[in-house]
Amino acid sequence: MTIRHHVSDELLLAYAAGTLEEGWRLAVATHLALCPDCRKRLSLMEDAGGQLLEEIVPEPAMATSFERLRQRVLEKSAPVRPASAAARPAAPARAAAPVLPEPLRSYVGGDVETLKWKSLGRGAYHIPIRTDDGTTMVRLLRIPAGKPVPEHGHGGRELTLVLSGSFHDGETLFARGDLEEADASVQHQPVATPGEDCICLAVTDAPLKFRSWLVRLVQPVLGI
Amino acid sequence: MVIRHAVASVSACMTIAVPILAPACPDIPIPKPRRDCAAGLQVKIKRARMSETARELTKDEARALLEAVGRDRDMAAFEALFRHYGPRIKAYMARLARDGSVAEELMQETMIAVWNKAAQFEPGRGNVSTWIFTIARNLRIDAYRKTRRPDFDPNDPAFVPDDSPPADAAVEERQEAERLRNAMAVLPEEQLELLRLSFFNDCSHSSIAERLNLPLGTVKSRIRLAFAKLRTALEDGQ
Repeated sequence: MTIRHHVSDELLLAYAAGTLEEGWRLAVATHLALCPDCRKRLSLMEDAGGQLLEEIVPEPAMATSFERLRQRVLEKSAPVRPASAAARPAAPARAAAPVLPEPLRSYVGGDVETLKWKSLGRGAYHIPIRTDDGTTMVRLLRIPAGKPVPEHGHGGRELTLVLSGSFHDGETLFARGDLEEADASVQHQPVATPGEDCICLAVTDAPLKFRSWLVRLVQPVLGI
Repeated sequence: MVIRHAVASVSACMTIAVPILAPACPDIPIPKPRRDCAAGLQVKIKRARMSETARELTKDEARALLEAVGRDRDMAAFEALFRHYGPRIKAYMARLARDGSVAEELMQETMIAVWNKAAQFEPGRGNVSTWIFTIARNLRIDAYRKTRRPDFDPNDPAFVPDDSPPADAAVEERQEAERLRNAMAVLPEEQLELLRLSFFNDCSHSSIAERLNLPLGTVKSRIRLAFAKLRTALEDGQ
Protein backbone atom coordinates (compact mmCIF):
# COMPACT_ATOMS: atom_id res chain seq x y z
CA MET A 1 0.00 0.00 0.00
CA THR A 2 1.40 3.34 -0.98
CA ILE A 3 0.01 6.35 0.77
CA ARG A 4 0.37 9.51 -1.29
CA HIS A 5 -1.33 12.13 0.83
CA HIS A 6 0.09 12.64 4.29
CA VAL A 7 -0.47 14.71 7.41
CA SER A 8 0.91 18.24 7.08
CA ASP A 9 3.75 19.34 9.36
CA GLU A 10 1.48 21.80 11.21
CA LEU A 11 -1.11 19.17 11.98
CA LEU A 12 1.45 16.54 12.94
CA LEU A 13 3.21 19.03 15.21
CA ALA A 14 -0.08 19.77 16.99
CA TYR A 15 -0.49 16.02 17.46
CA ALA A 16 3.07 15.65 18.78
CA ALA A 17 2.61 18.59 21.12
CA GLY A 18 -0.70 17.23 22.39
CA THR A 19 -2.68 20.31 21.40
CA LEU A 20 -4.98 18.74 18.84
CA GLU A 21 -8.67 18.46 19.78
CA GLU A 22 -10.14 14.97 19.98
CA GLY A 23 -11.93 14.97 16.58
CA TRP A 24 -8.83 15.98 14.56
CA ARG A 25 -6.69 13.74 16.69
CA LEU A 26 -8.87 10.74 15.83
CA ALA A 27 -8.30 11.30 12.09
CA VAL A 28 -4.54 11.88 12.48
CA ALA A 29 -4.09 8.87 14.81
CA THR A 30 -5.97 6.62 12.37
CA HIS A 31 -3.83 7.84 9.47
CA LEU A 32 -0.72 7.18 11.59
CA ALA A 33 -1.88 3.59 12.17
CA LEU A 34 -1.73 3.10 8.39
CA CYS A 35 1.33 5.21 7.58
CA PRO A 36 4.86 4.24 8.77
CA ASP A 37 6.29 7.32 7.00
CA CYS A 38 4.26 9.72 9.09
CA ARG A 39 5.07 7.79 12.26
CA LYS A 40 8.73 8.35 11.44
CA ARG A 41 8.07 12.07 11.04
CA LEU A 42 6.18 11.99 14.33
CA SER A 43 9.18 10.43 16.12
CA LEU A 44 11.40 13.21 14.85
CA MET A 45 8.98 15.78 16.25
CA GLU A 46 8.77 14.00 19.58
CA ASP A 47 12.57 13.89 19.68
CA ALA A 48 12.52 17.66 19.13
CA GLY A 49 10.03 17.94 22.01
CA GLY A 50 12.36 15.90 24.21
CA GLN A 51 15.31 18.07 23.23
CA LEU A 52 13.34 21.25 24.07
CA LEU A 53 12.50 19.70 27.44
CA GLU A 54 16.25 19.26 28.04
CA GLU A 55 16.78 22.94 27.29
CA ILE A 56 13.81 24.38 29.17
CA VAL A 57 14.70 26.73 32.05
CA PRO A 58 14.20 24.40 35.03
CA GLU A 59 11.71 25.20 37.78
CA PRO A 60 13.10 24.10 41.17
CA ALA A 61 11.13 21.27 42.76
CA MET A 62 9.92 21.69 46.34
CA ALA A 63 12.55 20.94 48.97
CA THR A 64 10.75 17.81 50.17
CA SER A 65 9.81 16.77 46.66
CA PHE A 66 12.05 13.75 46.24
CA GLU A 67 11.34 12.39 49.71
CA ARG A 68 7.62 12.57 48.98
CA LEU A 69 8.13 10.96 45.59
CA ARG A 70 10.18 8.16 47.14
CA GLN A 71 7.42 7.43 49.66
CA ARG A 72 4.82 7.41 46.93
CA VAL A 73 6.59 5.01 44.59
CA LEU A 74 7.48 2.64 47.44
CA GLU A 75 3.89 2.67 48.70
CA LYS A 76 2.27 1.63 45.49
CA SER A 77 5.17 0.23 43.57
CA ALA A 78 3.92 -1.71 40.60
CA PRO A 79 5.56 -5.07 39.90
CA VAL A 80 8.24 -4.95 37.24
CA ARG A 81 6.70 -5.75 33.91
CA PRO A 82 8.51 -6.92 30.80
CA ALA A 83 9.07 -4.47 28.00
CA SER A 84 6.88 -6.22 25.47
CA ALA A 85 3.15 -5.92 25.22
CA ALA A 86 2.86 -9.57 26.27
CA ALA A 87 0.33 -8.62 28.94
CA ARG A 88 -2.19 -7.65 26.28
CA PRO A 89 -4.67 -10.24 25.15
CA ALA A 90 -3.64 -11.52 21.74
CA ALA A 91 -5.75 -10.22 18.89
CA PRO A 92 -8.21 -12.86 17.78
CA ALA A 93 -7.03 -14.63 14.65
CA ARG A 94 -9.03 -13.52 11.66
CA ALA A 95 -9.09 -14.19 7.97
CA ALA A 96 -8.31 -10.58 7.09
CA ALA A 97 -7.20 -7.50 8.97
CA PRO A 98 -10.06 -5.17 9.88
CA VAL A 99 -10.85 -2.35 7.47
CA LEU A 100 -11.06 0.18 10.29
CA PRO A 101 -7.82 0.47 12.28
CA GLU A 102 -7.63 1.55 15.91
CA PRO A 103 -8.38 4.02 17.37
CA LEU A 104 -11.26 4.49 14.92
CA ARG A 105 -12.68 0.98 15.30
CA SER A 106 -13.33 1.46 19.00
CA TYR A 107 -14.93 4.84 18.35
CA VAL A 108 -17.52 3.37 16.00
CA GLY A 109 -17.90 0.17 18.02
CA GLY A 110 -16.74 -2.41 15.47
CA ASP A 111 -15.49 -3.04 11.96
CA VAL A 112 -17.35 -2.11 8.77
CA GLU A 113 -19.55 -5.21 8.54
CA THR A 114 -21.15 -4.56 11.92
CA LEU A 115 -21.97 -0.90 11.35
CA LYS A 116 -25.47 0.53 11.26
CA TRP A 117 -25.40 3.10 8.46
CA LYS A 118 -27.90 5.94 8.27
CA SER A 119 -29.12 6.98 4.86
CA LEU A 120 -28.30 10.44 3.54
CA GLY A 121 -30.34 9.83 0.38
CA ARG A 122 -29.03 9.19 -3.14
CA GLY A 123 -27.29 6.06 -1.99
CA ALA A 124 -24.96 7.82 0.46
CA TYR A 125 -24.77 6.82 4.12
CA HIS A 126 -23.12 8.09 7.24
CA ILE A 127 -22.51 7.29 10.90
CA PRO A 128 -22.01 10.21 13.27
CA ILE A 129 -19.17 9.62 15.75
CA ARG A 130 -19.42 11.16 19.18
CA THR A 131 -16.48 13.16 20.49
CA ASP A 132 -16.38 15.36 23.57
CA ASP A 133 -14.32 18.29 22.34
CA GLY A 134 -17.39 20.31 21.40
CA THR A 135 -15.64 21.87 18.40
CA THR A 136 -15.48 19.17 15.75
CA MET A 137 -18.01 17.13 13.87
CA VAL A 138 -16.87 13.61 13.08
CA ARG A 139 -18.51 10.95 10.99
CA LEU A 140 -17.94 7.98 8.78
CA LEU A 141 -19.19 8.51 5.23
CA ARG A 142 -20.07 5.92 2.61
CA ILE A 143 -20.25 7.38 -0.89
CA PRO A 144 -21.74 5.11 -3.56
CA ALA A 145 -19.34 4.00 -6.32
CA GLY A 146 -19.04 6.57 -9.10
CA LYS A 147 -21.14 9.17 -7.28
CA PRO A 148 -20.08 12.62 -6.07
CA VAL A 149 -20.30 14.06 -2.60
CA PRO A 150 -22.35 17.24 -3.12
CA GLU A 151 -20.00 20.13 -3.94
CA HIS A 152 -19.21 22.10 -0.85
CA GLY A 153 -16.96 24.76 0.58
CA HIS A 154 -16.02 24.82 4.23
CA GLY A 155 -16.71 26.97 7.21
CA GLY A 156 -13.29 25.85 8.42
CA ARG A 157 -10.90 22.96 8.16
CA GLU A 158 -11.92 19.54 6.88
CA LEU A 159 -9.98 16.29 7.12
CA THR A 160 -11.00 13.31 5.03
CA LEU A 161 -9.29 9.97 5.55
CA VAL A 162 -10.02 7.21 3.04
CA LEU A 163 -10.50 3.78 4.60
CA SER A 164 -11.94 1.75 1.75
CA GLY A 165 -12.42 2.33 -1.97
CA SER A 166 -11.15 5.66 -3.29
CA PHE A 167 -12.25 9.04 -4.57
CA HIS A 168 -11.04 11.64 -7.03
CA ASP A 169 -10.96 15.30 -6.16
CA GLY A 170 -10.39 16.95 -9.52
CA GLU A 171 -7.38 15.11 -10.96
CA THR A 172 -6.14 13.86 -7.63
CA LEU A 173 -6.79 10.32 -6.43
CA PHE A 174 -7.26 9.52 -2.76
CA ALA A 175 -7.12 5.85 -1.72
CA ARG A 176 -6.87 3.89 1.53
CA GLY A 177 -4.80 5.74 4.10
CA ASP A 178 -4.71 8.99 2.14
CA LEU A 179 -5.62 12.09 4.10
CA GLU A 180 -7.07 15.16 2.42
CA GLU A 181 -6.72 18.43 4.30
CA ALA A 182 -8.97 21.24 3.08
CA ASP A 183 -9.58 24.67 4.56
CA ALA A 184 -12.14 27.43 4.16
CA SER A 185 -10.70 28.55 0.80
CA VAL A 186 -11.28 25.22 -0.92
CA GLN A 187 -14.26 24.46 -3.11
CA HIS A 188 -14.00 20.86 -4.08
CA GLN A 189 -16.00 17.97 -5.39
CA PRO A 190 -14.86 14.52 -4.39
CA VAL A 191 -16.23 11.73 -6.59
CA ALA A 192 -16.10 8.08 -5.52
CA THR A 193 -14.18 5.89 -7.97
CA PRO A 194 -16.49 3.55 -9.93
CA GLY A 195 -16.53 -0.09 -8.94
CA GLU A 196 -16.50 0.24 -5.17
CA ASP A 197 -18.21 2.36 -2.52
CA CYS A 198 -15.84 4.73 -0.78
CA ILE A 199 -15.77 4.72 3.01
CA CYS A 200 -14.01 7.63 4.62
CA LEU A 201 -13.72 9.40 7.93
CA ALA A 202 -14.66 13.08 7.72
CA VAL A 203 -13.87 15.65 10.39
CA THR A 204 -15.00 19.25 10.15
CA ASP A 205 -15.03 22.12 12.58
CA ALA A 206 -18.16 23.71 11.27
CA PRO A 207 -21.22 22.49 9.39
CA LEU A 208 -20.44 22.17 5.69
CA LYS A 209 -21.79 24.94 3.48
CA PHE A 210 -23.46 23.30 0.54
CA ARG A 211 -23.83 25.40 -2.55
CA SER A 212 -27.23 24.38 -3.69
CA TRP A 213 -30.05 26.10 -1.79
CA LEU A 214 -31.99 22.84 -1.89
CA VAL A 215 -29.23 20.92 -0.15
CA ARG A 216 -28.81 23.82 2.29
CA LEU A 217 -32.50 23.57 3.07
CA VAL A 218 -32.35 19.91 4.05
CA GLN A 219 -28.89 20.15 5.67
CA PRO A 220 -30.25 20.67 9.22
CA VAL A 221 -32.64 17.76 8.75
CA LEU A 222 -29.90 15.40 7.59
CA GLY A 223 -27.50 16.63 10.21
CA ILE A 224 -24.64 17.16 7.76
CA MET B 1 -28.71 12.76 38.88
CA VAL B 2 -27.32 9.80 37.03
CA ILE B 3 -25.08 12.06 35.01
CA ARG B 4 -23.90 13.86 38.09
CA HIS B 5 -23.01 10.52 39.69
CA ALA B 6 -21.05 9.50 36.65
CA VAL B 7 -19.14 12.76 36.63
CA ALA B 8 -18.41 12.44 40.34
CA SER B 9 -17.06 8.93 39.97
CA VAL B 10 -14.98 9.88 36.96
CA SER B 11 -13.32 12.71 38.85
CA ALA B 12 -12.86 10.43 41.83
CA CYS B 13 -10.97 8.04 39.59
CA MET B 14 -8.62 10.71 38.37
CA THR B 15 -5.37 10.62 40.22
CA ILE B 16 -4.63 14.24 39.44
CA ALA B 17 -6.77 16.99 40.81
CA VAL B 18 -6.38 20.22 38.95
CA PRO B 19 -8.04 22.86 41.07
CA ILE B 20 -7.17 25.83 38.98
CA LEU B 21 -7.30 25.58 35.25
CA ALA B 22 -5.28 28.01 33.27
CA PRO B 23 -7.12 29.47 30.29
CA ALA B 24 -6.72 27.43 27.12
CA CYS B 25 -4.06 29.78 25.86
CA PRO B 26 -2.03 31.48 28.58
CA ASP B 27 -0.19 34.69 27.93
CA ILE B 28 2.76 34.12 25.72
CA PRO B 29 5.69 36.44 26.09
CA ILE B 30 6.16 37.97 22.70
CA PRO B 31 9.79 37.60 21.70
CA LYS B 32 11.47 40.76 20.57
CA PRO B 33 13.09 40.62 17.20
CA ARG B 34 16.76 39.86 17.62
CA ARG B 35 18.41 41.13 14.54
CA ASP B 36 21.44 42.99 15.81
CA CYS B 37 24.65 41.09 16.42
CA ALA B 38 24.84 41.78 20.14
CA ALA B 39 21.43 40.27 20.76
CA GLY B 40 22.29 37.31 18.56
CA LEU B 41 25.43 36.73 20.58
CA GLN B 42 23.46 36.84 23.82
CA VAL B 43 21.13 34.19 22.49
CA LYS B 44 24.12 32.00 21.66
CA ILE B 45 25.59 32.45 25.13
CA LYS B 46 22.25 31.66 26.71
CA ARG B 47 21.95 28.54 24.62
CA ALA B 48 25.46 27.46 25.45
CA ARG B 49 24.59 27.81 29.15
CA MET B 50 21.44 25.83 28.70
CA SER B 51 23.25 23.00 27.03
CA GLU B 52 25.73 23.11 29.91
CA THR B 53 22.91 22.30 32.33
CA ALA B 54 21.75 19.62 29.93
CA ARG B 55 25.26 18.18 30.02
CA GLU B 56 24.80 17.39 33.70
CA LEU B 57 23.44 14.16 32.31
CA THR B 58 24.51 12.75 28.97
CA LYS B 59 22.09 10.72 26.90
CA ASP B 60 24.03 7.54 27.67
CA GLU B 61 24.00 8.26 31.39
CA ALA B 62 20.27 8.94 31.33
CA ARG B 63 19.73 5.67 29.49
CA ALA B 64 21.83 3.72 31.98
CA LEU B 65 19.97 5.30 34.91
CA LEU B 66 16.57 4.52 33.46
CA GLU B 67 17.59 0.92 32.77
CA ALA B 68 18.78 0.58 36.38
CA VAL B 69 15.40 1.84 37.59
CA GLY B 70 13.55 -0.59 35.36
CA ARG B 71 15.75 -3.60 36.03
CA ASP B 72 16.79 -3.17 39.68
CA ARG B 73 14.29 -0.62 41.06
CA ASP B 74 17.44 1.38 41.81
CA MET B 75 16.41 4.31 44.03
CA ALA B 76 19.71 6.18 43.66
CA ALA B 77 19.37 6.04 39.87
CA PHE B 78 15.79 7.24 40.19
CA GLU B 79 16.93 10.16 42.32
CA ALA B 80 19.55 11.14 39.74
CA LEU B 81 16.87 11.11 37.03
CA PHE B 82 14.61 13.16 39.27
CA ARG B 83 17.33 15.76 39.96
CA HIS B 84 17.75 16.27 36.24
CA TYR B 85 14.24 15.86 34.83
CA GLY B 86 12.01 16.81 37.79
CA PRO B 87 12.63 20.58 37.54
CA ARG B 88 12.37 20.44 33.75
CA ILE B 89 9.05 18.58 33.85
CA LYS B 90 7.83 21.03 36.46
CA ALA B 91 8.74 23.95 34.20
CA TYR B 92 6.88 22.24 31.35
CA MET B 93 3.80 21.75 33.53
CA ALA B 94 4.04 25.31 34.85
CA ARG B 95 3.42 26.64 31.34
CA LEU B 96 -0.23 25.71 31.84
CA ALA B 97 -0.68 25.55 35.60
CA ARG B 98 -0.74 28.95 37.26
CA ASP B 99 -0.60 27.36 40.66
CA GLY B 100 2.92 26.09 41.40
CA SER B 101 1.56 23.22 43.50
CA VAL B 102 -0.37 21.92 40.48
CA ALA B 103 2.81 21.91 38.38
CA GLU B 104 4.60 20.15 41.26
CA GLU B 105 1.86 17.51 41.49
CA LEU B 106 1.83 16.87 37.73
CA MET B 107 5.62 16.57 37.84
CA GLN B 108 5.35 14.00 40.65
CA GLU B 109 2.74 12.05 38.70
CA THR B 110 5.06 12.03 35.68
CA MET B 111 7.99 10.76 37.76
CA ILE B 112 5.77 8.05 39.29
CA ALA B 113 4.88 6.96 35.76
CA VAL B 114 8.59 6.97 34.88
CA TRP B 115 9.23 4.66 37.86
CA ASN B 116 6.34 2.35 36.96
CA LYS B 117 7.08 2.16 33.25
CA ALA B 118 10.89 2.17 33.35
CA ALA B 119 11.04 -1.56 32.51
CA GLN B 120 9.10 -0.89 29.31
CA PHE B 121 11.71 1.54 27.99
CA GLU B 122 13.52 0.01 25.04
CA PRO B 123 16.99 1.56 24.94
CA GLY B 124 17.43 0.80 21.25
CA ARG B 125 14.26 2.55 20.26
CA GLY B 126 14.31 6.01 21.66
CA ASN B 127 16.11 8.39 23.89
CA VAL B 128 15.21 9.11 27.46
CA SER B 129 14.28 12.76 27.02
CA THR B 130 11.80 11.87 24.24
CA TRP B 131 10.36 9.06 26.33
CA ILE B 132 9.89 11.28 29.37
CA PHE B 133 8.53 14.12 27.27
CA THR B 134 5.79 11.89 25.82
CA ILE B 135 4.81 10.64 29.30
CA ALA B 136 4.61 14.22 30.62
CA ARG B 137 2.72 15.37 27.54
CA ASN B 138 0.10 12.62 27.82
CA LEU B 139 -0.39 13.33 31.52
CA ARG B 140 -0.79 17.01 30.75
CA ILE B 141 -3.38 16.32 28.04
CA ASP B 142 -5.33 14.05 30.38
CA ALA B 143 -5.22 16.60 33.18
CA TYR B 144 -6.43 19.52 31.09
CA ARG B 145 -8.71 18.00 28.50
CA LYS B 146 -11.81 16.16 29.51
CA THR B 147 -11.88 14.12 26.32
CA ARG B 148 -10.48 10.80 25.27
CA ARG B 149 -6.98 10.79 23.74
CA PRO B 150 -7.23 8.58 20.63
CA ASP B 151 -3.93 6.96 19.69
CA PHE B 152 -2.79 4.30 17.23
CA ASP B 153 -2.16 0.81 18.59
CA PRO B 154 0.88 -1.12 17.27
CA ASN B 155 -0.75 -4.41 18.36
CA ASP B 156 -3.89 -3.83 16.30
CA PRO B 157 -4.14 -6.33 13.38
CA ALA B 158 -5.02 -3.42 11.05
CA PHE B 159 -1.86 -1.51 12.06
CA VAL B 160 0.60 -1.21 9.15
CA PRO B 161 4.11 -1.90 10.48
CA ASP B 162 7.25 -0.29 9.14
CA ASP B 163 8.79 -2.80 6.73
CA SER B 164 12.05 -0.98 6.14
CA PRO B 165 14.94 -3.07 7.50
CA PRO B 166 15.93 -2.00 11.01
CA ALA B 167 19.37 -0.42 11.13
CA ASP B 168 21.73 -1.00 14.03
CA ALA B 169 19.16 0.65 16.26
CA ALA B 170 21.25 1.57 19.28
CA VAL B 171 24.15 3.11 17.36
CA GLU B 172 21.83 4.76 14.85
CA GLU B 173 19.71 6.16 17.67
CA ARG B 174 22.70 7.69 19.39
CA GLN B 175 23.99 9.32 16.21
CA GLU B 176 20.55 10.64 15.32
CA ALA B 177 20.06 12.17 18.75
CA GLU B 178 23.41 13.92 18.41
CA ARG B 179 22.62 15.20 14.91
CA LEU B 180 19.19 16.40 15.99
CA ARG B 181 20.68 18.29 18.92
CA ASN B 182 23.23 19.96 16.67
CA ALA B 183 20.61 20.84 14.07
CA MET B 184 18.35 22.37 16.71
CA ALA B 185 21.21 24.42 18.09
CA VAL B 186 21.54 26.24 14.77
CA LEU B 187 17.84 26.73 13.99
CA PRO B 188 16.96 30.41 13.62
CA GLU B 189 15.52 31.78 16.86
CA GLU B 190 12.21 32.66 15.19
CA GLN B 191 11.68 29.02 14.23
CA LEU B 192 12.83 27.67 17.58
CA GLU B 193 10.48 30.04 19.36
CA LEU B 194 7.56 28.70 17.36
CA LEU B 195 8.50 25.14 18.28
CA ARG B 196 8.68 26.08 21.96
CA LEU B 197 5.28 27.75 21.82
CA SER B 198 3.82 24.76 20.01
CA PHE B 199 5.24 22.19 22.42
CA PHE B 200 4.98 24.01 25.73
CA ASN B 201 1.98 26.33 25.56
CA ASP B 202 -1.31 24.71 24.73
CA CYS B 203 -1.98 27.00 21.78
CA SER B 204 -3.30 26.43 18.31
CA HIS B 205 -1.16 27.78 15.50
CA SER B 206 -3.78 30.39 14.70
CA SER B 207 -3.65 31.72 18.27
CA ILE B 208 0.15 31.73 18.12
CA ALA B 209 -0.14 33.74 14.90
CA GLU B 210 -2.43 36.21 16.63
CA ARG B 211 -0.15 36.58 19.65
CA LEU B 212 2.97 37.09 17.59
CA ASN B 213 1.10 39.31 15.17
CA LEU B 214 2.11 37.14 12.23
CA PRO B 215 0.00 35.86 9.36
CA LEU B 216 -1.04 32.23 9.91
CA GLY B 217 0.72 31.34 6.64
CA THR B 218 4.01 32.60 8.07
CA VAL B 219 3.62 30.50 11.20
CA LYS B 220 2.93 27.43 9.08
CA SER B 221 5.81 28.04 6.70
CA ARG B 222 8.25 28.55 9.59
CA ILE B 223 7.14 25.26 11.09
CA ARG B 224 7.65 23.53 7.75
CA LEU B 225 11.05 25.15 7.31
CA ALA B 226 12.16 24.11 10.78
CA PHE B 227 11.26 20.46 10.28
CA ALA B 228 12.61 20.41 6.75
CA LYS B 229 15.97 21.47 8.21
CA LEU B 230 15.86 18.90 10.99
CA ARG B 231 14.94 16.14 8.56
CA THR B 232 17.73 17.16 6.18
CA ALA B 233 20.23 17.18 9.03
CA LEU B 234 19.28 13.60 9.94
CA GLU B 235 19.31 12.38 6.36
CA ASP B 236 22.69 13.98 5.61
CA GLY B 237 24.28 11.96 8.36
CA GLN B 238 23.14 8.64 6.95
